[in-house]
Formats: sequence, structure tokens, C-alpha cells
Amino acid sequence: MMVSTQIDLSIVRGEIHAVIGPNGAGKTTLLAQLAGELKPDAGLIEFMGQDISLLPVHKRSRLGIARSYQITSIFPGFSAVDNVALAVQAGNGHSFRFWRDARGYSAVREAAWKVLQRVGLEQRAQVRAGHLSHGEQRQLEIAMALATRPKLLLLDEPMAGMGAEESERMIATLRGLKGENTVLLVEHDMDAVFTLADRVTVLVYGRVIATGSVDQIRSDAAVRKAYLGDEGSALNYA
Amino acid sequence: MAKLKFPRLQQLILLSVVVLLAFVPLFGDLFYLRLFTRIMIYAMVALSLDIILGYGGMVSFGHAAFFGLGAYTVGILARFGVASAFLAWPAAILVSVLLAAVIGAVSLRTGGVYFIMITLAFAQMLYYFFFSLDVYGGSDGMPMVARNTFAGLIDINRHTTFYYLVFGIMVLILFVALRLMQSRFGMVIQGIRDNERRMRSLGFATYRYKLVCFIISAAVAGLAGALIANQTLYVSPSFLHWTRSGDILIMVILGGMGSLVGPMLGALCLLLTEEVLSGYTEHWMIVLGPLLIVVVLFARHGIYGLLAGTKQSG
Repeated sequence: MMVSTQIDLSIVRGEIHAVIGPNGAGKTTLLAQLAGELKPDAGLIEFMGQDISLLPVHKRSRLGIARSYQITSIFPGFSAVDNVALAVQAGNGHSFRFWRDARGYSAVREAAWKVLQRVGLEQRAQVRAGHLSHGEQRQLEIAMALATRPKLLLLDEPMAGMGAEESERMIATLRGLKGENTVLLVEHDMDAVFTLADRVTVLVYGRVIATGSVDQIRSDAAVRKAYLGDEGSALNYA
Repeated sequence: MAKLKFPRLQQLILLSVVVLLAFVPLFGDLFYLRLFTRIMIYAMVALSLDIILGYGGMVSFGHAAFFGLGAYTVGILARFGVASAFLAWPAAILVSVLLAAVIGAVSLRTGGVYFIMITLAFAQMLYYFFFSLDVYGGSDGMPMVARNTFAGLIDINRHTTFYYLVFGIMVLILFVALRLMQSRFGMVIQGIRDNERRMRSLGFATYRYKLVCFIISAAVAGLAGALIANQTLYVSPSFLHWTRSGDILIMVILGGMGSLVGPMLGALCLLLTEEVLSGYTEHWMIVLGPLLIVVVLFARHGIYGLLAGTKQSG
């Protein structure tokens, strides 16, 4: 199946670049291809000047591409801080260390605590991840991606399934990433997109139909027509 | 040295079992001495399977292959006059490790049911190999003349000495395994069990970690095999048969996987039940079968979960 038909996308360092589009536009597929979970049939993925089209997932991660998942993907049996520590550990040398207590590496633990603070979960650090609320699990999801100290962060609908209050918190967390991290954000929540994004790309049926600033996208006639199929009420609303 | 984190009740269970086992030889009854030596050896095999099954989420149905291979290594070396345990036991471990590297490298490319089937197939191949290897007893197996020697330091032909040696090795392996599962490697292995896709996206080369885990597990099973050869002074293909792999699986599930101590208790319970019930009927599995079903249905964390009353991370 051809999902990503023609996507030409450049992500600028330090920006939050949002990708929007109707269901089935290929947004998640795009993320999976960037992360290496899906191999493209053709085309080229370059990361900081290096061709990574054929690299497996873990090697891309080591190069600095981290992703979060639309469906929460954490380690429910571990505590929140252990979840993040595991992510830190991934970028802290190899883990063929068989004797010393994993919780005894103070550098790893401190880094994990810092990330938890960044997403506002430090009070819940010792709680089993499976026992956290949905919103907290979504925050943890971001924390784990951040903990690998990525150069590029791929976020797949971080607000999925969130209530208004939880969304506010997530937006605050993501705003904190601005300038420090390069983010590719896939999101349905237009409020979030128009608040956070420096640049927006609109994807329809695997094709990029427009890329530009928030204002440019809002006033783009083709976007209004193709993306919404009506008078663009959602865009006006935002 | 970092301290092991262990809830108090679990500590108590562990301690009391270890102390009880330490006193078994004082009763001086040879029958029980031999029975408990055997139980401790199987406890080690069950523990080794728990490392990959309970912690790594790899359901191996061919674990007896490594156990039997360890036994055969010791038996065959003895035929060639290599009686020293200092040579034969490391050799048993080494052979198991090499085989595990090959079997693991192939099997771990698959997962789920395919992994179960491939490990089973490898183990059965090995079973039939020894079954038809007439030079070394074929289907009848072969006897060993005496137990391995320790350069005159200790004489394990004395049953009490052998008992305490097995006891010491078992306690040591348990301690090392508990450390291993709390190490960075142990965290990675458990992470892979719970969510392998996420581990990859975090940057872990999961295949490599699983393979090393598989090999470590086989090394312990190989050592246990060397011990069982010394215990029975007889090596036969039945050590490698798939029903033996099944027994080991039952021990782990019955005792409570993902706890290391649980599977050892499982070995104790299974072998004691077998010992008692087989005195009445040779169809003792008729009793054990329903018992296993009850455990799987109502005590997801096995006997150990019931005793310790805490949920394991699995």
C-alpha cells in the first residue's frame, strides 16, 4: 500500500514543526518511517547530512531520533522513575553490565529525575507506571523520549484521549521544549498545533499540500478546501 | 556492595528454606539426602529457565537440551579419563554456552509460538542425536564409574560432601541471579519482556541482549547438567527429552515465574509431590495436572506469589 506518496519535508533545527491532515493522510506512517519502524520503498531520509534510510530503529535512536507513541507505550510494571532511567540508560553506554545495581548509577538516576521534573511528574516518580492516570502516562511517554536526549523528537498525538485540563498541562510541557528541542509534532488538536508550532505542514493522502507558518496555513485556500472539505470551520475556530 | 531490595516476607521465606536445606544432612538418612540433592539440582535448572522465561519473556520449550548436554559432556569426558571437576564442569558450561549461542542466534529471530517450536525442535534434534549415538550408550545411556574429583581437596563420592557442594553452588547461583536481574542488564531484559518495540525505539539492540540472556541461562542449565550426571552416575538421552523440558516449565510456572525463588520452590514441590504420589500410583500426573490448572487459574504468581503475597513485576 502506498501511504506516503510524495513527501518532501525539511525540519529546521530548534523548531516545532507540526504535521496535520485528515485521518488516513499518512501522518503516523511518516513518523514510523522516520523512526525506522517502517522501511520506505523509495526515497531518501537524511538526518543531519547522513543517509539513514536503511538504518534500523535502535541505530536511528542512537543518532538522536526519539519518538513517542499515539497509544501509550511504557513499561507498566516499572515505577515512573525506572521507566525514565531505562531511557537514560539507553544513551549511557552499553548495558552489558551484570553486577552493579541499576538503581545505583547516580548520574543516570539524577538525569531521570531532571526529566521527570521537566514534565511535572516528580511527585509521582515512585508510582508504578501502570497505576498512573492516562494524562500522567502521556507525560511519561514524552519524558522517556526526552530522556534519550534526542536531537529530533517525533511526537505522535501527545494529546490523544486527554481532557481539557490534561491537554493544558501537555501544551505547557511542549512549550517548554521550544527552542531547546527540534520537534516533529503530529496532532489533531488544532488549539495545540496553532499555539505551539513554528511551522505547519499539511498532509493529505500521503502528499504535502502546504507548508508554512501558522498564519500562512490558516489563510491557505487549498488547505481549507482539501483538509477540511468544508468552509474551514475548524481552522477559523482555532 | 549494594544491598538487594527484598520485601521482608520474601526474605523470610527465602531464609527459612535455605536454613532447612542446610540441615537436611543432619538427619543422616541417605534416601532424603539423595532426594534433596536432586531437588536442588532441578531448582537450579528451574531458576535458569526463569531467567529467560520469567524475566526475558522467552518461552523456551527446549531447555532440557542444555541440561542434558552438560550431563553428557561430563559423562563423555569421564570415558576419556577426564575425571577432574575443574576441567569437566567448566567444559559442560562451555559446551552448553556454545550450543545456546547457535540455537539462540537462530530462534531469537522469531518470537511467540515460533520461538517455542524452534527451541523444541532443536532440543529434540539433540535428543535423537544422543539416542542414536551408540558409542556413548545410545538409547540406553551410559554409566559413570565414579564422581568427578577435586584434586584431593574434597571427595564428593561422600554423599554429605556432594550435598553441601550442590547446596553451596545453588545458593551462590541464586545470589548472582538476583543481582543480575537488578543490574542494568536485568532492567534491559525486563524492559524487552514488557515492551520490546519501545526498547528498540529507546536505542537498545534488543536481539543482542536477548541472546546474551539466553546464553547465561544455558550456562546455568549446563552446570546443573554436570551436577545431575554426578548425582545419578548415569547419563541417558531422557535428560534431553521434551517431557523433561516440560517438567522444567511446570516447575517455573507452578512456583511463580519472574521471581527466581519461586521456580526453585516449584522444583521442590513438583519433585516432592512426584516422590510421595508415585508411591501410590504411577499415574501421579492425574493429581498434579488439576493442581497445576488450579495454580494457573487462581494463583497467577504461583506458589511463591501465594506465600509472599506480593505481585511480581511480571
